[in-house]
Amino acid sequence: MPHRAGPCILAFPRASDRRRGSGRRSGAARLACAALAALAALGALTPAALADAPDRVVSMNLCTDQLAMLIADDGQLHSVSHVALDPRASAMADEAARHRINHGRAEEVYLMQPDLVLTSTLSARHTTAMLRRLGIPVITLAPANSLEDVHDRILEMGAALGREDRARAIAAAFDEDLARLRATATTRPSAVLYYANGYTLGDQTLAGQILLAAGFSNAASAAGYETGMRMPLEVLAMTAPDTVVTSRRYPGASRAEDIMDHPVVQALRHSSTAAAIADHDWLCGTPHVLRAIESLVRTRRALQGDGS
Amino acid sequence: MSRLAIGLCLLVIALFAASLLIGPAGTGPGESLAALFAGDGGPLTLVMREIRLPRAILALMIGASLGLAGAAMQGYLRNPLAEPGLIGVSGSAALGAVLSLQTGLAAAFALALPLSALLGALIGMGLVMALAGPRGGSLTLILAGIAVSALAAALTSLVLNLSPNPFAANEIVFWMMGSLADRSFTHVLLALPLMALGALLLALVGRGLDALTLGEDAAGAMGIDMRRLRLTIVTGTACVVGAGTAVAGAIGFVGLVVPHVLRPLVGARPSRLLWASALGGAAMLLAADIAVRVILPARDLKLGVVTALVGAPLFLHLILKLRTERI
Amino acid sequence: MSLLTLSNLSVTLRTRAVLRDVSLDIGEGEFVGLIGPNGAGKTTLMRAALGLLPFSGESSLTALPQHERARIAAWMPQSREIAWPISVETLVLLGRIPHLGAFGDPSPEDRARVDAALDWMGLDAMRHRAASRLSGGEQARALIARALAQDTPLLMADEPIAGLDPAHQISTMRTFAQLAEAGKSALVSLHDLGMAARHCTRLVMLSEGRLVADGPPAEVLTPERLADVFAITAWYQHTDQGTVYQPLEVLR
Repeated sequence: MPHRAGPCILAFPRASDRRRGSGRRSGAARLACAALAALAALGALTPAALADAPDRVVSMNLCTDQLAMLIADDGQLHSVSHVALDPRASAMADEAARHRINHGRAEEVYLMQPDLVLTSTLSARHTTAMLRRLGIPVITLAPANSLEDVHDRILEMGAALGREDRARAIAAAFDEDLARLRATATTRPSAVLYYANGYTLGDQTLAGQILLAAGFSNAASAAGYETGMRMPLEVLAMTAPDTVVTSRRYPGASRAEDIMDHPVVQALRHSSTAAAIADHDWLCGTPHVLRAIESLVRTRRALQGDGS
Repeated sequence: MSRLAIGLCLLVIALFAASLLIGPAGTGPGESLAALFAGDGGPLTLVMREIRLPRAILALMIGASLGLAGAAMQGYLRNPLAEPGLIGVSGSAALGAVLSLQTGLAAAFALALPLSALLGALIGMGLVMALAGPRGGSLTLILAGIAVSALAAALTSLVLNLSPNPFAANEIVFWMMGSLADRSFTHVLLALPLMALGALLLALVGRGLDALTLGEDAAGAMGIDMRRLRLTIVTGTACVVGAGTAVAGAIGFVGLVVPHVLRPLVGARPSRLLWASALGGAAMLLAADIAVRVILPARDLKLGVVTALVGAPLFLHLILKLRTERI
Repeated sequence: MSLLTLSNLSVTLRTRAVLRDVSLDIGEGEFVGLIGPNGAGKTTLMRAALGLLPFSGESSLTALPQHERARIAAWMPQSREIAWPISVETLVLLGRIPHLGAFGDPSPEDRARVDAALDWMGLDAMRHRAASRLSGGEQARALIARALAQDTPLLMADEPIAGLDPAHQISTMRTFAQLAEAGKSALVSLHDLGMAARHCTRLVMLSEGRLVADGPPAEVLTPERLADVFAITAWYQHTDQGTVYQPLEVLR
């Protein structure tokens, strides 16, 4: 049964949520997501109510971390999450190292005495609820599920931080670069995004949109996997895409990631001239997705054997 | 060949074939088998040869191992409750496997994984036997098993929680319950050497186990070298259980259910129960692995769930039966 | 020919000397009763002789490799352990283990020995019943049959007639006596001195780990030794119906 969980589904392969140690990637979590998405709509309205720009901002989510680091004024952003330090997940690990680090716990965040807390609509809602009870303003941003969402999130972050001008400039540059990169290929090679646990992402996800923008067709979507779902290895084999995009492995071992080394995946990757890896540039709706598109375009050209 | 042997062989062959023909790809049996044997290099060939065939072979191998190990342990301990999963041998093997994976030893050289699991199984088995004593009653055996299982499970969870890999902690359930999903021939080859060695060792103990029916003294006086028998059984069991657990996680109850069901059919002779349980174990695990695919095709339902659903009630029944006799 | 020679056999468990310097020789055609009070070391003596526990001194059996010992001496332990519900026939067939070939299939001779042993112990009618579900006395007889099927020159049994009804006690003692008459030997521990005096050709008396007497029943069962070792008095008489021996009173 394809889950109609909309934006929330993208949360699963996102390292920020995985590293929170939550095993809640089951159907139950997806249902909870739907409720959160509704809350997010409310949360997104609040920035307009903020009269003055906050000057002690704490971000607790990898994606808000990166957007905030891009948009905030010097000294405005007090702390980012520890995930932002991890180069496997964060496109801005070096930048993050210049900030104080939090672990997304209500107690530590409260003691930082922020005048604004930024997080994702998918982050631990108990923490956000607790912070709100303690009188700290919390703004939640929904995860981006499309490249258009990226533009919107940049502007939302600008509004939250009182840095609308900077946000508009970044968004405009993003739109421009995207338009330049966006492929108008007539023949699209097929690809499947295949992550740990056999998870795949369809067209209705940010990663799926990156794939489309780079001139691929998403074979998972064609097989009925519109959002993020588990795709059995057999179905992957029968789909027989031109290439398989996998994710980078974490240190230590896991059986979940072993699937990316399975002979079937290897065979499908091997038949392509270049095998792309979905890395930190793919995870969050920030302008860094442009780098992901760029590298994927190179993969496609190598695959099609042309220099165009 | 007795009728039982022929019947069990036919059952295993039928289940093996079914295991090859059932899967989410949903292709016809004729088409699938053609792709398996003809091998046109198309996607279906890939599915048959690289996904279903190794999975069915692993189910066969591991099931046979668990059945054999269960029969051997029961024969040696003269206790129908002895089972690698229940008394913590599988759990200890899982701990060994997890340690070698998380320390990077398994990445350094391939056989480190089954060898570490073997070492874990040996330690677990040694602990249980030391705690329960050579002629420990059911109660001490089960208590020792609970202690060893709990310790192994706790340490396995600890190691996985400490892992820098965000997925590792979610795999505690795999190591506790076992699964054959997405395994490949790499895993078959990893498990095969130790498993073959263990099976060979356990194939040699039949006569000793028969003699042991009358106790250690009588067996000793019948020319059975008890120390060698113990060593063979401990090593053989640790080999097959370790190798199986290293690639498929700890799968419980197969070694309990299968010998129990087959015992009356072989006249309760421990030597005949050995090979019968190997065949029966293969059949049970193949059936369980088919069941997890039929019940929840898209999810990775764990094998241990199915085997425990069958095995746990039987275990309770055995305890009730033994309560009056031996405990 | 001597079947079992023990010289200066001593066994120390923990720090306690359980058996001290026992020397013994059993030839062919003997039915040796091993007597002594509880804790005198009867079981220890037999287990040590078979090499089932560590000892000092010498035993002619343990000088042989283990599988050859099993062709010289059969052993019936006191604990009547039958772990699985195997049939009586299968149980008796276990006695043929030392004689089986590499593949373990019983030969016609193995079958014949099993049939003879079943017949001897009167178990023919229950050969297909599960041995673990027999009564205690029936189990004892099945286990004796198992030891007989091993077809060894020497049979050692630890209290084989304990728990049998009088008829089976007598017939079992007769079985051992017949073995002795046929040239084999039996070393059997027992508490029933009356049975020992009546059926055994020779008695070996142990007390506190030492061998105190060894000889024909009439020479071993003297009033002095009975008083010393067992602390009892007894009535002993050769009658026209054989030897009759009856313990009477406790002395201490």
